[in-house]
Amino acid sequence: MGLKQNLHKIKMKYEGKKMAPAFNAIHTFLYSPNETTHSGSHIRAVDDLKRTMNTVIIALVPCLIFGIFNAGYQHYAAVDAVNNISRELSIWGNFITWENFSLGAWKVIPLVVVSYGVGLLVEFIFAVIKGHEVEEGYLVTGMLVPLIVPVDIPLWMLAVAVVFGVVIGKEVFGGTGMNILNPALTIRAFLFFAYPTWMSGDKVWVAEAVERAGTNDAISGETLLGSYAQNQDVITSFSDMFWGYIPGSVGETSKFLIIIGALFLIFTKIGSWRIMLSTVLGAVVMGLMFNGVVDAGWISESSKFYGLMSIPYWQHLIIGSILFGAVYMATDPVTASQTNKGKWIYGFLIGFIAIMIRVFNPAYPEGVFLAILLMNVFAPTIDHYVVQGNVKKRLKRLKVKTA
Amino acid sequence: MGLLSKKDQKLILDPLADDNPITIQVLGICSALAITAQLKASIVMAISVIFVLGIGNVVISLMRNIIPSKIRIIVQLIVVATLVIIVDQVLKAYAYTLSKELSVFVGLIITNCIIMGRFEAFALGNGPWRSFLDGIGNALGYGVILIIVGFFRELLGSGTLLGIKVLGDPIELTGLYKYGYENNGFMLLSPMALIVVGLIIWVQRSRNKALIEEN
Repeated sequence: MGLKQNLHKIKMKYEGKKMAPAFNAIHTFLYSPNETTHSGSHIRAVDDLKRTMNTVIIALVPCLIFGIFNAGYQHYAAVDAVNNISRELSIWGNFITWENFSLGAWKVIPLVVVSYGVGLLVEFIFAVIKGHEVEEGYLVTGMLVPLIVPVDIPLWMLAVAVVFGVVIGKEVFGGTGMNILNPALTIRAFLFFAYPTWMSGDKVWVAEAVERAGTNDAISGETLLGSYAQNQDVITSFSDMFWGYIPGSVGETSKFLIIIGALFLIFTKIGSWRIMLSTVLGAVVMGLMFNGVVDAGWISESSKFYGLMSIPYWQHLIIGSILFGAVYMATDPVTASQTNKGKWIYGFLIGFIAIMIRVFNPAYPEGVFLAILLMNVFAPTIDHYVVQGNVKKRLKRLKVKTA
Repeated sequence: MGLLSKKDQKLILDPLADDNPITIQVLGICSALAITAQLKASIVMAISVIFVLGIGNVVISLMRNIIPSKIRIIVQLIVVATLVIIVDQVLKAYAYTLSKELSVFVGLIITNCIIMGRFEAFALGNGPWRSFLDGIGNALGYGVILIIVGFFRELLGSGTLLGIKVLGDPIELTGLYKYGYENNGFMLLSPMALIVVGLIIWVQRSRNKALIEEN
């Protein structure tokens, strides 16, 4: 008797009882259920919700693995920088090393465990109370959350934020598929407003920078955007920014792996290429406008916005989290616009507003998560006007025909 | 309560739970969001509104037969404004720092929807004694929610209650802070007050299913 039979037996034993959804979830996560529909006509397709979610997770795994190595690498690079040891990056020499991996894994794996553990616990509790099946919605959220937080965030804060995000961001609206806001970004927004000292500033982005602050071993934990915002010179090469050897949230640094993930999502038809492309377009347009302002000389070098405004428009795409947001966050099928025209507008405004907030936000030089949350709220409005516009167009056509 | 008849008891007790002005009628939300970051401010606000609404209801009820209905809103406003100015002056005289903290929100009691709502809905059609009980009941219902919200926001947002550091000192790292606990800054922002009010509504409606609206 295999595991499947045992699970099925347990399930039958609890059938109709309160805990049934919990056992059912474990069973269907591993195997297809024993009872299937036999009669009637059905469209047979393999891409159910679980398959969709798993595809996104596969697209995220490279980012996670890179994030683990990068967490270690950034830590040792920062230590070397303090000790005036110059460091030349070589992928096999000092990036993919056991040293980096062990430190990174020690920091990042607990984030993943807490995110999944707490989030799924909340989902299970709600499924049992409401008496419905456990929904798969949290599988992707649980993976996204560790990738969009600073590496040193205390685990209990993450746990509190996950409870808040899942309950307020999702369950109060009726669970997966009914939420207005992206739950992963709700979690990040909660952390950002509740514990700003752990989510912004020049210490949190490199492992152990907070613990070392104020001591002789103090290391810098600043992101590139932070340096730009303070009008400092940035010496990081563009290739480092593109490949992702820079400090930042755990999984958002490697633009190369994000683009690979984006291609994978587009190829499997899980993610919307319209949203991804239009978000990038929006960011480019806003970046060009800021560059235009600088070129026209409307803003002097002493202005506090000068540093971020003078970044060439294309460089906005390879620093910060705009690409990660565009590929994995903005495309969330529940909270994005549903109509094709709406997707263009929705994505364009995300990119446009994200760069605008990035430049003008005095407290925090990044705005991708705020921009996406804002557009999440407006997505139904955009859809409404797109649909109404279409209705009007067709009515007009009808009139012309009948007249 | 032997003093009050059953009907009069209802006037006081209903607004405390099943007909609460904030959680059921969803009135007076603005001030509930604005001043509940500190428990002390919530309590003072609650007392002020009990005073204004209790007296105001009696005054309007006494004048209900001589107020021309076309200008009744203006008359009501004058009554509230008078009472609010009294509250404001008393606070300024005896609790100056607190009145600074509440700043404009004492003046804004005038625009508190609960007050005009009770004048219109109850005091204009009932005798002074019943109007008084209704005013006190509604103001208490408002105050209870204010104090609950204020309690959680101050406890979780600043780690204090009425200014006393109940969770330890965040700078000297005593009490809970020794174990890495930190105050939740989000609790001090108004959106979190809205969410706390929402959670209270949630708890109340899941305990009393009759309150859930059909739609």
